[in-house]
Amino acid sequence: MIPVAFEYFAPATVDEALGLLREHSDAKVLAGGQSLMPALRLRLAAPEVIVDIQKIDDLRGVRDDGDALVIGAMTPHSTVESDPLVAEHARLIALATATVGDPQIRHRGTFGGSLAHADPAADLPVVAVALDASFVIAGPDGRRTVPASEFFQGVFSTALGEDELLVEVRVPKYTGWGAHYEKFNRVAQGWSIVSVAAAVRLDGDSIAEARVGLGNMGSTPVRATAVEAALVGQPATADAVREAAARAADGTSPVSDINGDADYRRHLATVLTRRAVLAAAGTA
Amino acid sequence: MTRITVKVDGSSFTDEVEPRTLLVLYLREQLGKTGTVVGCDTGNCGACTVHLDGRSVKSCSLLAVQADGHEITTIEGLATNGQLHPMQQAFHEHHALQCGYCTPGMIMQSIDLIADNPNPSDEDIRLGLEGNLCRCTGYQNIVKAVQAAAGAAAPQASAAGGAQ
Repeated sequence: MIPVAFEYFAPATVDEALGLLREHSDAKVLAGGQSLMPALRLRLAAPEVIVDIQKIDDLRGVRDDGDALVIGAMTPHSTVESDPLVAEHARLIALATATVGDPQIRHRGTFGGSLAHADPAADLPVVAVALDASFVIAGPDGRRTVPASEFFQGVFSTALGEDELLVEVRVPKYTGWGAHYEKFNRVAQGWSIVSVAAAVRLDGDSIAEARVGLGNMGSTPVRATAVEAALVGQPATADAVREAAARAADGTSPVSDINGDADYRRHLATVLTRRAVLAAAGTA
Repeated sequence: MTRITVKVDGSSFTDEVEPRTLLVLYLREQLGKTGTVVGCDTGNCGACTVHLDGRSVKSCSLLAVQADGHEITTIEGLATNGQLHPMQQAFHEHHALQCGYCTPGMIMQSIDLIADNPNPSDEDIRLGLEGNLCRCTGYQNIVKAVQAAAGAAAPQASAAGGAQ
């Protein structure tokens, strides 16, 4: 189908984009469009105004900023996937990004677009939560920074106001950490039924620190804090990791849907957490 | 209406388009490039794959206005002087199509895949074509064709220009 008619703007600067968002109450921001375009075509979305931000060059690219990595919101997945800074300091992001959609979608889709879309089954929100990323948001009163734990608020719902724009994401450096992204789905291009993002720092043979994020185990991605705490000080062995991973579903409230009921998801979370943590430790 | 200027298969076009016009419909209906087809409404099937500035994209998931100032190559722009592109030739020789509907997208994505990875394994090819669905061939011959084109491209590159 063809989208419902809309007015189109392609601003060249963040300020210009913010002005347009302030001026038009029913505006939708178009980043890479790989989620928005199908929604427009199926007429699940019919905004009166589209603000296309692809001409804002400042929003693209990855840069080193001391103890953090800064990823521009409009950086395409295919760039993030192969970026040397991401590979060195936040390999978990590269691993998860490589599983987004398919190659054509990764050429066009963007890091910030996927995060702002906030699909509970998406890959990048899980990683952002696991790695404690923070979101830099531009709005009418300047810029503010929101931690990942507060950015995702519900299904397709974030801390972004209607007159605000996600401009970049800051990720603390996890240099030398092992990482693994475990995504469970049934078919090619499938959304995850459950996914687990794990990063592990080893001290000798034992786990010094761990970050574990769970995707599609609720309306927003969550940290498996009980697992993280249980892993610290443990050897990176199958038995120790299995015991810690058994707590993966603690405190979660996954949905029951056509892909699996809530109990199945809770079981899956423990299995995938064990696999992800062991694999991550193997690369540390 | 919004004015756009695009380069498609080597020729420049300036046109007035409605902003909601999908790139694939602009190519087909305004430029008459019907070689690129539409297979789905959801961005899953990949039949509409074209190259935007040399990289594969799904032209049903882009607006024509987003292509303003950019360069597009469609399946119709691959052959030169009546000679098929090596990937088209490989699909022909290896019977990598039955109904042919997915073929324009398969070929465009396969070319992108080989550009990234000149010596792909069968697994690399299957993953690289994850975004393209074929409902007839069972994919076996498509994988064979991509392997053949990859194998042909490597020696050709060193053989002073080759046939292409």
